[in-house]
Amino acid sequence: MRPAPILSAFQQALGEAWAGGAGALLPLGFFAGAAVLVPLGIGTDPQTLRAVGPGILWVALALSSLVTLERIFQADTEDGALDLWLQTGAPASAIAGAKTFAHWLAAGLPLALLSPLLALMFQAEASADLLRNAALYGLGGLAFYFWGGVGAALSATVRRGGLLISLIALPLYVPTAIFGALSMTNGPGSESAPLFLAASTLFALAVAPFAMAAALRLAAD
Amino acid sequence: MFSWFANPLRFMRLSNWLAPLCYALSALLIGWGLWQGLWMVPKDEYQGGDIMRVMFLHVPAAWLAMASYMAMAVMSFIWFIWRHEVADIAAKSIAPLGAVWTAICLATGSIWGKPTWGTWWQWDDARMMSVLFMFFLFLGYMALRASMDTRQKAARAGAILAMVGAINVPLIKFSVDLFTSLHQDSSVLTADGPKMAAVYLWPLLASGLGHTLLFAGLTQTLMRAEIWDRRTAQANAKLMAEG
Repeated sequence: MRPAPILSAFQQALGEAWAGGAGALLPLGFFAGAAVLVPLGIGTDPQTLRAVGPGILWVALALSSLVTLERIFQADTEDGALDLWLQTGAPASAIAGAKTFAHWLAAGLPLALLSPLLALMFQAEASADLLRNAALYGLGGLAFYFWGGVGAALSATVRRGGLLISLIALPLYVPTAIFGALSMTNGPGSESAPLFLAASTLFALAVAPFAMAAALRLAAD
Repeated sequence: MFSWFANPLRFMRLSNWLAPLCYALSALLIGWGLWQGLWMVPKDEYQGGDIMRVMFLHVPAAWLAMASYMAMAVMSFIWFIWRHEVADIAAKSIAPLGAVWTAICLATGSIWGKPTWGTWWQWDDARMMSVLFMFFLFLGYMALRASMDTRQKAARAGAILAMVGAINVPLIKFSVDLFTSLHQDSSVLTADGPKMAAVYLWPLLASGLGHTLLFAGLTQTLMRAEIWDRRTAQANAKLMAEG
């Protein structure tokens, strides 16, 4: 197994994510925009905002992953890059995983890094917990990107596939979203929730690349 | 064994008499179950009085919601490995039926929940959530199949999604189980036998078996329709080719 095609897929995806002038700022803008709409929608009471803040950020993270993933494999099926990669003999699962990981690196990780700032805007107390939460957003985001990647690969040949990705990926996002939101509360089960969150991410990393590979072979047919 | 069933001709011969038999038996069983359930059995005040009679529709629907998703995933798996067309036709036919029974389960559950728990819907209830997400899995499966441009592609994409969904179902179930549940625990299938009074249990079992047979009959009918559809397309293509 030669690593060259996998590396090239990774670099291409990274370049793709940074292209368009704004680079990682574009998903950040979407994330911030979605989060800022919430106080306008539900009112500005500090108590309410403090309670819903972490959950709103999870929702915004899931939405922005869906938006950035829409074109991840579609462009490759259109310009033929996918056929070339599949012919190199490198495992399709590794190529799909590398591409998805690159998109998480360019769009998912910046969102996690921005989350402490947004949490402060949602009236959270400034403490080390915000950094811990940022790590959890990064971890959960990885699961979102990999499951979303399955939806993106399945709908790679579908026009206006973005709407389809949301419907397909939504049930797969559930465990991550639940463990993620639970790990930021003080309720029962909140101590073990970060571990379950990590487990759900590992599960996504283990399963999603193979589902993506099967879907990409279908898209290349 | 799978290969024996994979022959469409054999399936058509079998379902020709099996489907009507399923319908007849299910009519008897559901009829008896409903008659007992709605008029004969005493009402249980603890479960909300007369409203508990919705159980004879709600519990079979819940059981079929889960069983049908599993059946769809198993059929997808068989198609994915052995490429038996009848398995794919079965998976395709199960999806809309499963979605309907899942919707019935959600609707009757809401109707039962309002007078007894005082709410139509409870977001942190484990069972409601897992059934709701099962409903979404069915919808996603149908939407994905419908968006593919050939039958073969629809089968492959659908099979991948159904299998990915099936391995996620236990995880979804586990994650929502962490929430405290309003829903009562299972009272039919428990380790030390049914905890329910026999007067409720028998109509419930009859109703459950009846719904299962109705589901099986409808699945066969939809599969037959799909096979006829393909035969018609084939015959049409042949006519066109011969001019």
